[in-house]
Amino acid sequence: MLTKRIIPCLDIKNGRTVKGINFVDLRDAGDPVELAAAYAEKGADELVFLDISATEEKRKTLAKLCYKVAEQLNIPFTVGGGISSVEDVDILLQNGADKVSINSSAVKNPDLINQLSEKFGSQCVVVAIDAKNINGKWTVHLVGGKVPTELDLFEWAKEVEQRGAGEILFTSMDHDGTKNGFANEALAKLSSELNIPIIASGGAGKIEHFRDTFQKGKADAALAASVFHFKEIEIFQLKEELKSAGIPVRI
Amino acid sequence: MRENQKIVIIDYGAGNIQSIKFAIKRLGLEARLSSDAEEIRSADKVIFPGVGEAGSAMKMLRSTGLDKIIPGLTQPVLGICLGMQLMCNHSEEVDTKGLGIFDADVKRFENNVKVPQIGWNQITNLESHLFDNVESGEYVYLVHSYYVPECKDEIARTEYGVNYSTALHRNNFYGVQFHPEKSSKTGEHILKNFLNLEL
Repeated sequence: MLTKRIIPCLDIKNGRTVKGINFVDLRDAGDPVELAAAYAEKGADELVFLDISATEEKRKTLAKLCYKVAEQLNIPFTVGGGISSVEDVDILLQNGADKVSINSSAVKNPDLINQLSEKFGSQCVVVAIDAKNINGKWTVHLVGGKVPTELDLFEWAKEVEQRGAGEILFTSMDHDGTKNGFANEALAKLSSELNIPIIASGGAGKIEHFRDTFQKGKADAALAASVFHFKEIEIFQLKEELKSAGIPVRI
Repeated sequence: MRENQKIVIIDYGAGNIQSIKFAIKRLGLEARLSSDAEEIRSADKVIFPGVGEAGSAMKMLRSTGLDKIIPGLTQPVLGICLGMQLMCNHSEEVDTKGLGIFDADVKRFENNVKVPQIGWNQITNLESHLFDNVESGEYVYLVHSYYVPECKDEIARTEYGVNYSTALHRNNFYGVQFHPEKSSKTGEHILKNFLNLEL
C-alpha cells in the first residue's frame, strides 16, 4: 500500500541550515548534509530544502548544496526558494535534486509550470501555494504570505494541476507557526477536487495533528519544520502512532 | 561484490543520473556515464536510467542508435523507472514503441488513484536474486504515472489501485519501476544484488 509521507523541511541560508535546530547528537547542526542524513536515519520519507537567502551567489550555493546532499542521501529531496527559470531547474536537477518547488514564480509566470513539466516531467515539479482564509475565501499569497493576490486557492490549484504540476505543497498562512493543527478542511477540498498528491504544511504541533491531516485532511504527505528540529516530535514515534491509528506509513 | 568491475550508466540526456552514480559510490564502487556503444558493450554491468516522458526519451535513444545497442547487450542490464518501461513492447504514453525486451505493454493509471503515484509503496511476490536479503513487504520509493500490468516477466509486484509488475526479468535484462538509488537501505540491497549478479 502507498504510505503517507512525513517530510521535514530545512531552511537554508547561504548554504547552511538556519539557526534554531536542536540536535544534540550532531557535530554541526548547521551542516545541511549531516542533518539530512540524520533525518533519513530517523525515518523521514523525504526532505525539503527551502533556500531563504537572497544573495547573488544563491544559485551557485544551492546547486553545490544539492550535489553534496545527493552524494550522501538515500531518500528523495526537493529544493525550493527563488527558483524562477528552466535553467535554474536544469542546474538543480543535474546536481542531484529529485524535485524542485516553485511558488511566486509560478504565479507570476504560470507557463513556467508547463515548461518544466514538459522538459523534466511532472514528477519533479512541486508547486507550493501559500494561502490565507480572508472572509471565507482562501486567497493565494506571495512572498512568504505577505502579499495577497487575486487568486483563489482552489482555482489556482486546479490550474496548476492542468499545467502539469506533479504535486502541490499547500501552506495555510493562518495555521503556519500556530502549532494548532493543519488546515484540514481546505486540504480535504483540495484532495477531492484534484487528482495529484497534496502535501500539507503549516500548523504541526502534536502527533494527533498529523493523524488528523491524513484522516480528515486527506493529505498524501505532511511537512513540518520546528516540531522535528526541536525534537518535540520524534519521527519514529510519530510513525508508530500513525500506524496504530490505521494510517499506512513506512517503518 | 567484485570491486574491479566496470559499471556503465547509459547517458542519453535522461535526468536522475547523478543520484544513481552517487548510490553506487556509497556502495564503494565507481560507475561511469557513457553513450558510447563500445564502452557500453564492454561493461560488466549496465544501468539504463530514465525520467521524464517516454516519447522524447525513445527519440533520443533512436537518434543516438542506442535503441539498437541495448537489446543486443549480453551482460546484466538494469532498467530503472522509465528505463524499465522503455524496455517493454509499447507504452500508452504518447503511443510509444519500446525496445521490446520485456513482453509487456505499459499503461496509464486510472483516475481512481492519484496520478502520479509518488511515495513509498511495498514490493511483494519477490522472485529473483535481485531481492536477496529483501523481505516481501519492504518499501521502495516510486514516482510514476504509467505502469506495467502483471505479466510473465514479473519478479516483484506492487498494489496501487491495481496489482502491477514493479520489477521484471528476462535473460540478462532486469527492470525496476522504483528508484533503488532513493529507496533507503532496501534500495541499497537491491543495487548491491544487481552488482553481484553473475551470468
